[in-house]
Amino acid sequence: MVAAPDPAKLSVRALSAWYGDKRVLSRVSLELMPREITAIIGPSGCGKSTLVRCLNRMHELVRGARHEGEVRLDGEDIYAADSDPVWVRRRIGLVFQKPNPFPTMSIRDNVLAGLRLTGSLPRERADAVVERALVQAALWDEVHDRLQEPGIRLSGGQQQRLCIARALAVEPEVLLLDEPCSALDPIATTRIEDLLTTLRERYTIVIVTHNMQQAARVSQKTAFLLQGELIEFNVTDRLFTQPADKRTEDYITGKFG
Amino acid sequence: MSAPRGTPRDASAPLHERLLEQVLLGCGLLSIAITIAILAVMVGESAGFFAEVSLAQFLFDDTWTPLFAERHFGIWPLVAGTFLTAAIAIAVALPFGLLAAIYLGEFAPPRVRAVLKPTLELLAGVPTIVYGFFALLVLTPQLQRWLPSLAGFNALSPGIVMGMMIVPMITSLSEDAIRAVPDDLREGAYALGAGKLATVFGVVLPTALSGIAASLVLAVSRAVGETMIVAIAAGQQPRLTLDPQVPVETMTAYIVQVALGDVPTGGLEYATIFVIGGALFTFTFAANLVSRRLARRQYRSVAT
Ligand SMILES: Nc1ncnc2c1ncn2[C@@H]1O[C@H](COP(=O)(O)OP(=O)(O)OP(=O)(O)O)[C@@H](O)[C@H]1O
Ligand SMILES: [Mg+2]
Repeated sequence: MVAAPDPAKLSVRALSAWYGDKRVLSRVSLELMPREITAIIGPSGCGKSTLVRCLNRMHELVRGARHEGEVRLDGEDIYAADSDPVWVRRRIGLVFQKPNPFPTMSIRDNVLAGLRLTGSLPRERADAVVERALVQAALWDEVHDRLQEPGIRLSGGQQQRLCIARALAVEPEVLLLDEPCSALDPIATTRIEDLLTTLRERYTIVIVTHNMQQAARVSQKTAFLLQGELIEFNVTDRLFTQPADKRTEDYITGKFG
Repeated sequence: MSAPRGTPRDASAPLHERLLEQVLLGCGLLSIAITIAILAVMVGESAGFFAEVSLAQFLFDDTWTPLFAERHFGIWPLVAGTFLTAAIAIAVALPFGLLAAIYLGEFAPPRVRAVLKPTLELLAGVPTIVYGFFALLVLTPQLQRWLPSLAGFNALSPGIVMGMMIVPMITSLSEDAIRAVPDDLREGAYALGAGKLATVFGVVLPTALSGIAASLVLAVSRAVGETMIVAIAAGQQPRLTLDPQVPVETMTAYIVQVALGDVPTGGLEYATIFVIGGALFTFTFAANLVSRRLARRQYRSVAT
């Protein structure tokens, strides 16, 4: 008999992670629903980036890093012995905290980089891919007439949207964003928030943020991490208005962190 | 600890510190002064040379026989010998050096790298005369078994050996360029679903390209300036040819020949070594400048 399909897009069970001997995540469990934005909040160093990196097998690239527990994408364990990390990362995209466009590539080539590097770009579709990804990332209007310029010539906020476009171009199913607005001004931040809201229709999105207002504005669910432990995970409105845990309340009211 | 560079002199510093500073400054100035003096001598002697030999003959004559009764002063045979041996050296050194750099920078486990890199750099310390004898007495006879038409003195053997000598330099400098590529970029590629090879060849190497080109230019400059190997194993026959099997003479080997020979000082023959030296100096100086610009370009481009 086949088990009933798991409604979660990504489900995390008892995930722990280490750098060498240092444990930075302790048995975190989370369910990420399709067409929902999940915000991850918590003080600096609590393991938010590590958690996100465990979700698409980037964690294992760090020397000495290891993990325990399960992460299932559509019910399949992404850490199973026969699961290919490269394939996992194609389905689960990650945008980093610091924009990192490829310095030798033009804006256009940056958008196409994922498809080119994986050898999966049909030549005749290139223009369409570039336009679609840049439109989705709300960058098209600003760059459509200078696609051949180097990506690093763009402003910080534009570079971050370029990185989002680059991630979208490979058409992942899940999009992980690690503090995508930490280096941006309020206008660029608003643009990215609007963008996430529109992307929500098609992707399962996780956003790490230090900004409580941002979590409240864009997300449906919020997870609060503290020293590697998941303290609370709930519907965003609920978590911010009636936190169940005293530590969550302290954090969101600014008593620490 | 002494004051960091560029800070104004601190009058209250103890006397011995101020003294030491003066001594170091003196040493720095002295080495610059010596370089300028060398340049001045070369320019002076070259001026004397060109008063007697026209620039046109120097550039358009195809024969170099300043020591013969019938004297010709066309530089091209020496240039050809120099660049032929250098080209062979680079053809050997570039693929090996670059592959070794890619391996060390991107694939070698840290412990392997910790052993290999210093070992490779040690090779750069082998005196070139050893390489020269190796070319003449070992490699040339071996090559002659496969290539019977190879002369005892030729461009091929010293070219290959010079390439082996240059490998560590290309490896070391290219590996520095590869390691200077920030991890952000590698992670960016991995996060898009790129594999290791695609990441290395699609992102890391293109980003390190100016630095790698800088190492190549420096290697060419080193090969052109290399003296002992070619003086011993390439012969002393200035010859306008690209045939690697026959004896040739490089610019450096010519300087050795004249400097060690019994050419009277002050004559035209004697002046030729300064002219050739000046040409060499100009080339290597320009190559080093280009190399530095290339290296700087990479560091600028990744400093986002
Ligand atoms: N590469 C690494 N090697 C060793 N320890 C690491 C490494 N990366 C992170 N850590 C440690 O793991 C812990 C969690 O780090 P992580 O980057 O996940 O925190 P974070 O919640 O994202 O913090 P921030 O909000 O500052 O980005 C920290 O104590 C950090 O020092
Ligand atoms: Mg972080």
